[in-house]
Amino acid sequence: MTVNLDQVEPLTLKGQIAVPYTWWVGEVGSKFLIALRDEAKIIGNRCTKCNTTYVPPRKNCGSCFTDIYEFVELGNEGIVSAHTVVRFKYPLQPVESPFAYALIRLDGADVGLVHIIKRDLDRLKNGVRVKAQFKDPSERTGHILDIDSFQII
Amino acid sequence: MARRVAIVGTGQTDHRSHRPDVNGREMIYEAVKRALDDCELSIHDIDAVVIGNMDHFESINYVDTWSVEGSGAVMKPIMKVTTGGTTGTSVAIAAYYHVASGLFDRVLAIGWEKNSESDTTAAIITCSDPIWDRFSYSGAIPSLATEASAYMKQYGATQEDAARVAVRDRTHALNNPHAHLRRPITVEDVMASPMLAYPIKLLDVCPRTDGAAAVVFAADGVAQKIAPKPAWIRACAVRHTYTWFGDVDYNAGLVSLQGASREAYQQAGIRNPAEDIDVAELYLPYSYAGLKWIEELGFCGPGEGPGFIQDGHTDMGGKIPVNPSGGVISTNCIGATALLRVAEAAGQVMGKASQRQVPDVEVALATGFGGCFWSDMVILGTVRP
Repeated sequence: MTVNLDQVEPLTLKGQIAVPYTWWVGEVGSKFLIALRDEAKIIGNRCTKCNTTYVPPRKNCGSCFTDIYEFVELGNEGIVSAHTVVRFKYPLQPVESPFAYALIRLDGADVGLVHIIKRDLDRLKNGVRVKAQFKDPSERTGHILDIDSFQII
Repeated sequence: MARRVAIVGTGQTDHRSHRPDVNGREMIYEAVKRALDDCELSIHDIDAVVIGNMDHFESINYVDTWSVEGSGAVMKPIMKVTTGGTTGTSVAIAAYYHVASGLFDRVLAIGWEKNSESDTTAAIITCSDPIWDRFSYSGAIPSLATEASAYMKQYGATQEDAARVAVRDRTHALNNPHAHLRRPITVEDVMASPMLAYPIKLLDVCPRTDGAAAVVFAADGVAQKIAPKPAWIRACAVRHTYTWFGDVDYNAGLVSLQGASREAYQQAGIRNPAEDIDVAELYLPYSYAGLKWIEELGFCGPGEGPGFIQDGHTDMGGKIPVNPSGGVISTNCIGATALLRVAEAAGQVMGKASQRQVPDVEVALATGFGGCFWSDMVILGTVRP
């Protein structure tokens, strides 16, 4: 069928769905977020079967399919293993651009932590050491962004 | 030619209104571990996974990929199957297809829901047509209220008749340690509960539940080595009728269930359902379905549902016990709800239903139901087909 859109106005119906969500963090994830909020510490956990140290911690090892019980405190420092600098503005961004999204391999962890870097972007490259900058205790709510950002050392 | 397939293991969480202690993926892990423990398999024995939940319920719309840590599907074939209320029977039937095809020997079916994480109605209305039906008639209650009213008018059934169905299911739930609502109720309690939409009252309908279920399917030759008494798939059927709510003929009954049951009975060689089937786990989301839909299933004649219930034929010890688990009115983690019907029916066939076991089950029936009047059927049996 050929439609000449200069001569007809196709009817549409506008709609949106707005579904509110409340996701339970769960006991294991809560340990991580509460340690951020109350102690400014980063907690991971280690699968004793394959010796992988995960961060954030998780209830079970996906590969071994066994429960994980051993929690470990990780350092607040690590190295950037991948990054991208964001220069455009978009409402869903966690902070004003410019900033960088980065995968950070914390000391003692075997997996990356996804976070942001806000300053010294001209010095940012893979392999640089970074340190977690926590928000003030009064501003921390038990959220991954209780770590305000990572800062290049 | 399809291979013969049997269920060899089942697992489910202890269902609650809220599970703040775990996120969805961790809850899935609980059910999968229990299913694997039930049949003494390890996750490494599983060849493929089929998983489902309700679209929009947790905003987890790529559950196949998101779940792998909990479902055990790391580096395995996994596929999401999401069909609304029937998601649980769909994942079961899809797992059956996987094994029957000859491509996989041991397949895990998973259904789950975290109803506590969202607004159920805001999500569920997306089942119906956005231009024509969604503004007025969607969600769980309206079409069911219409169906119930039509049934009452047609056959003179009463609200008390329906209340007896809710009382039966809630009474049966007392035998099920996994059930969500485990407090006995009376017909008077149902009648006194708040009216939602005439004639449906609060205690006539299912709750919202957090929970997960997992079922292991295995091929002929493999199944017998895993389970001493596997639950063989005797028949599966799926039927849909919905495009326009206005087209539904409420006096004609639940046509999709009539069609699905006819097909499944033919496959399984069932001529007299109430005699040939030993136990039924039916997806009854509200009490009136327990009157009307047993007529569609041929347990009794049209209009005979209320008498059949009142005479106790569907109670434990009756002619055809319905919902020994307590059914959907006692537990409703929606993406898992229909899989729980299959898991419970399998447990009955395998003789592993503990306090809720019906004696000497040879044939068990499980159904699934979706909000715009579609139906699934699964028939399980002790005899290899």
